[in-house]
Amino acid sequence: MTRNPVIKVRNLVKKFGSFVANDNLSFEVYEGEIFGFLGANGAGKTTAIRILTGLSEPTSGEVMVAGFDARRQPEEIKKNIGYMCQKFSLYDDLTIRENIMLYGGIYGLGKALIRERTNQLLDRLNFREYGDRLISSLPLGLKQKLAFSVAVFHEPRIVFLDEPTGGVDPITRRQFWEMIYETASRGITVFVTTHYMDEAEYCDRVSIMSEGRIVAIDTPAELKKQYDAESVEEVFVKIARPGMKHGKESETADNKREA
Amino acid sequence: MRTILYLIKKEFLQIFRDKFIGKAIFGIPIIQMLILVPAITFEIKSSEICIIDNDRTSESRGLISKLDGSPFFRILQSTSSEKEANELLYSDKADIVLHIPSGFGKDLGTGRPAKIMASVNAINSMTAQLSWAYLSGVIRDYNLDIAISGNPEAANAMAAIGITNRYWYNEMLNYKHYMLPGILGILVAAIGFVLAGLNMVKEKEVGTIEQINVTPVRKYQFITAKMVPFLVIGLIDLAIGLAVGKLVFDIPFEGSILLLFLGSAIFLVAALGLALFVSTMSGTQQQFMFVAFFFMIIFILMSGIFTPLESMPVWAQKIDMANPVAYLMRINRMIMLKGSTLSDIRGDLFALTAIAVIFTALAINRYRKTA
Repeated sequence: MTRNPVIKVRNLVKKFGSFVANDNLSFEVYEGEIFGFLGANGAGKTTAIRILTGLSEPTSGEVMVAGFDARRQPEEIKKNIGYMCQKFSLYDDLTIRENIMLYGGIYGLGKALIRERTNQLLDRLNFREYGDRLISSLPLGLKQKLAFSVAVFHEPRIVFLDEPTGGVDPITRRQFWEMIYETASRGITVFVTTHYMDEAEYCDRVSIMSEGRIVAIDTPAELKKQYDAESVEEVFVKIARPGMKHGKESETADNKREA
Repeated sequence: MRTILYLIKKEFLQIFRDKFIGKAIFGIPIIQMLILVPAITFEIKSSEICIIDNDRTSESRGLISKLDGSPFFRILQSTSSEKEANELLYSDKADIVLHIPSGFGKDLGTGRPAKIMASVNAINSMTAQLSWAYLSGVIRDYNLDIAISGNPEAANAMAAIGITNRYWYNEMLNYKHYMLPGILGILVAAIGFVLAGLNMVKEKEVGTIEQINVTPVRKYQFITAKMVPFLVIGLIDLAIGLAVGKLVFDIPFEGSILLLFLGSAIFLVAALGLALFVSTMSGTQQQFMFVAFFFMIIFILMSGIFTPLESMPVWAQKIDMANPVAYLMRINRMIMLKGSTLSDIRGDLFALTAIAVIFTALAINRYRKTA
């Protein structure tokens, strides 16, 4: 089966001053897959996702998303994607319906369509009675589910989720992943960052980032086989720990010499 | 266009969802008008005057009773001690010390020039000058009285050139009438300026702007949506202010109300454009307020609301060419007091429009959807 890449990244570099946040990233994400973008905190995941969504400009390299160049056509990309920030960023002082109406409107959906889809959405999430409640009054789990629903409300080609399950309880996390599967089944490509390694098992393919670089990229099964590991978590520990290259490596080398 | 409407609706919802702001937006201008309009005045109601009468003749008493009869002066004390009088001036109790030397009456009687000396407290040069002008007026009157009683023909000769004056556009020199159009302008601007700017920076602080920036919304759409609600609120505030002016202060309104609203609308776009421009460069609400105060103080104090532009140095007048408040001050006063028409103020309106376009363009240009 030939797979059609919707994200193509070649030699992406992003520097903040002398700090290299993304060091020569190259990868592809195929249409319809759930792509897990793993890495420890500070590995450079959010930096990369902000470049892919057109929020941040790459220092160098080639980034194509949904067929558009991230440097020259970020606004074209934005028409084709949905995005859920790491930090909850819907309007706290608006109700659920008002938030959905706003974003539906911005993406150019008609009023009747927005209303109809809003009702479906509220039913599906089982919070019809919350429709006219202010977002600020909702518990975190509901907020996260809502943020995700808004990100895919306009049926984008790709949805980017940045640490969508940070800080939510295990049951909500499970429900959240059900929503992700359901979304992927509608043909929407899901690009999700996480540092929960158990979630990586749910992805079609994962990449593992460490200190700004991609150190591994494959299906979870293939990675486990390759690294002779029981779980992706084990893979991660095997790669990321000794793989804390650069400064850390020389440190271990020194230690060995001393020993 | 539809996108803008959705965004504008969102802004209105948010503004009025804050119960305090929703009320303050309309309450504050009323309170400001009620306090500021009667409070800010340059009129001198009474100058405290201390008289050192070393003459004690009917002539000196005549002058004193003339002063006493004037509504501008209140005789604080008559004393013969210069030290005591200076003490009063020093302790700020007296505004003027009038020294009538002995021999004043005699000199007048014999036709020699009589001399008196006035010391005026000039800490506030404006009131000092006004007090001095009133004082000379009273003394001139007194002079004339004496001349008439002594020699009617000379008096006629003196009065050969009579000046009658009439103050145009504000006949009673009513400072309320002069200040109100200006205050109206400031209160219309200040609320929108601060709220619009803070509103934008808050989106950055909270992070909601990130979710907006990742949508295909156009920059001009977002900036326009931030402006429109405060433009509407500003114009409603103007209407409220005008109503208060009419009902409470009975201000005259000579010109076209429509023209006044047109001028204020253009002005508001300029002010909001500047506020949003500043907010696009500010990372926090504190940063915004800091810069906003800088602009507001300079723009308001240099606007000509208190001091006439003509008396400012030339370089300051040049700066005022970029000061939207200065244009509004002129436009408001001309329309309200003078009844100026569109063709009278088209120069100012045109300049104000240019400023509005420039500030708005700067705001749109400086707003970054991609960092």
